[in-house]
Amino acid sequence: MADVALQPNRAATAQAARKRSSLQSVLQRKSTIAFLMALPLILLIATLVIYPAFYALHLATLNKSMARFVGLGNFEFLFKRETFWLVVKQSCIFAITAVMFKALLGFIIAHFVHNIPAKGQRKWRGMLLVPWVIPPAMSTLAWLWLFDPSYSAFNYTLSFFGIGPIPWTGDAYWARFSVILVNIWVGAPFFMIMYLAALKSVPDQLYEAAAIDGANWWQRIWYVTLPMMRNIIAITTLFSLIVTFANFDIVRILTAGGPLDHTHIFATWAFRVGIEGSDIPLGASVSLFMVPILAVAAIFILRDISKRGNEA
Amino acid sequence: MSRKKLSRRQFVAATAMTSAAMITAPYVRGAHAAGKLSIGFWDHWVPGANKASTDIVNAWAEKEKVEVQIDYIPSQGNKILLTIAAEAQAKSGHDILAMPTWLPHAHTEQLEPMNDLMGDLIKQNGEPNGTVKYLGQAKGKWHAVPASVGSQIKGPCSRIDLMKKHAGIDVQALYPAGQAPKADSWTLDTFLKAAEACHKGGVPFGIGLGETSDNVDTAGAIFHSFGAALVDEKGNLTVKTDAVRQALEYYKKLIAFLPPDAGAWDDSSNNKWLVSGRGALIMNPPSAWAVARRDAPQVAEQCWTHGFPSGPKGRFAPYIGYFWGTWAFSKNKEAAKSVLRALSQADAIEKMCVASGGYDLPCYEKLTTLKVWQEEAPPKGTLYHYPNPHNHQTLSIAASPAPPKIAQQIYTQATLTKMCLRHAQGEAMEKTLAWAEGECEGFMRS
Repeated sequence: MADVALQPNRAATAQAARKRSSLQSVLQRKSTIAFLMALPLILLIATLVIYPAFYALHLATLNKSMARFVGLGNFEFLFKRETFWLVVKQSCIFAITAVMFKALLGFIIAHFVHNIPAKGQRKWRGMLLVPWVIPPAMSTLAWLWLFDPSYSAFNYTLSFFGIGPIPWTGDAYWARFSVILVNIWVGAPFFMIMYLAALKSVPDQLYEAAAIDGANWWQRIWYVTLPMMRNIIAITTLFSLIVTFANFDIVRILTAGGPLDHTHIFATWAFRVGIEGSDIPLGASVSLFMVPILAVAAIFILRDISKRGNEA
Repeated sequence: MSRKKLSRRQFVAATAMTSAAMITAPYVRGAHAAGKLSIGFWDHWVPGANKASTDIVNAWAEKEKVEVQIDYIPSQGNKILLTIAAEAQAKSGHDILAMPTWLPHAHTEQLEPMNDLMGDLIKQNGEPNGTVKYLGQAKGKWHAVPASVGSQIKGPCSRIDLMKKHAGIDVQALYPAGQAPKADSWTLDTFLKAAEACHKGGVPFGIGLGETSDNVDTAGAIFHSFGAALVDEKGNLTVKTDAVRQALEYYKKLIAFLPPDAGAWDDSSNNKWLVSGRGALIMNPPSAWAVARRDAPQVAEQCWTHGFPSGPKGRFAPYIGYFWGTWAFSKNKEAAKSVLRALSQADAIEKMCVASGGYDLPCYEKLTTLKVWQEEAPPKGTLYHYPNPHNHQTLSIAASPAPPKIAQQIYTQATLTKMCLRHAQGEAMEKTLAWAEGECEGFMRS
């Protein structure tokens, strides 16, 4: 009788215990702990990135005085502007050229550093990272003085060899060359350090096997090193492409988009239109135009990585 | 243990006194009885110049019992533009904010009208110049108060010795200190010949063709001298006109005598050009001269600031006005207007002009003959003609008389200097005009 009387309680207790244990098991799950620990950062990102992103989307749908909803009217307007297409072209030239050279230089330098004996390698790694560690706004100011229209240190040096003066920032093509050069200088160390890490993780046995098979230097690079580094190359390229497309400081300090708008990229032109020209909605639309371009690049690169992951 | 009893009378008296104190408390003038006021002033580049405005504001605050907070916001890195944009978006911020040239018009819907205050100031100080009226008013309503701090004329600053030696021009005779100008011969043709002579002499005129304001302002004044405008006051396109063609042709000839890298110049390039002694003339307020006085005294003592050369349609000089605006959402508009009144009194303006070494330029007609410009040296009288004391030239701004919101785009995008550079680099005149017309059509979006 007593047992029977106790039955419902026991069931409730068992249910509560089950609930408790399931909660405990959820809390003890690694993924839950990871989520909870990342939650402050997620909230921070939501506040500082997601909210401004949606606010920018909202701004891009307003008219110049921000009093009226115009839908995609700002984009429609931009598509008819000659300067906008010049900016699109230049942003692509700037980002693709700079990323290609950063990757190439990073790859070459990483090999050089990898071949330095371990004892002296740390010193070289530290020195080669300096351009990447200095805030670009500061280092670009130094470059500005080197390229200064009237007092260029480069031109002064070149004059001893009877060369120049070169209009580093005064001629459209030289100005493009200058901003890309500085971007490469700043960004190449990032590629170098990533590639160096990837090189160190390539098993020596693979090179030994290749050597036994009679592979030459180029074949070792092509058939061993590059396949082993493909994922890291893809990820660094994607990351750098995003950062380079969104670059602002180097172009702003060095040329401010000139001469004749020939070095403007999305961010600098968005600033010119939005802040200097007091047309915030149009500025927001210019900067948002980067999103689809980068999204397409990201889809292709990440799809390639996951495909290779599945194959592995 | 004794316990003091509160009588009924004592209780009533205490209650009455407490009530009276609580009711009257808000009306008692304490140290900051009139509330708080936050001000965002432009951070003056002249060392010590901020102190003059701080002192004026503090004296006013002391008298009016207002707690004031002043932030000095630099224009370097466009910080002041970013602050204005952020406050306009957030609808929160300073009660008074310094606004450069085009910004009052850009935010006119969000600014407190200043007609009452401006009426009084105009009675006291005289009429503001035409450019300030153009920039500070919309539909007959003053939307900001003209600030002397930061306002300037970007006229020629010539090297006396080099102009005499290479161009045979005595700028001191054209613009004698303490006297009206005798500059009838100082025309754009003379200017071009002088530019050529100085170029041959190895000291070219330092006029930039970049996209920053110094470059655009010079182009604007030269365009005005030919009667050339890209858009008229009604918003009609006037790009393909003979006046614009003449201005472009003139500029093409002038560019041949300017430094080859002028297309990449920013607002510091011309200053460096003068201070380093490489050029015979630049277009600038006396900031370059002031730096030369500190760093290259031998250059400074040869500098003479004077009027613009005249063109077929008159003599125009670029005037760049700064303003103080109060947001419509400001919490203490009355106090804001009161301090702006204090800052716009003749003695306060003179104090600020003196603190800036004569750089700041009030817009009011009665305040263009202050002692500071007569006394600054070396050489004595070098700044006498800087404030246009004899109304010898019309003060203008590039891209005017277009409606200000369109003009701001023409100015910011440096359409004038780009046109000049494109044409000078070999682009056909009509192609340049077609490009400029397309740009201006885009600027008309609302």
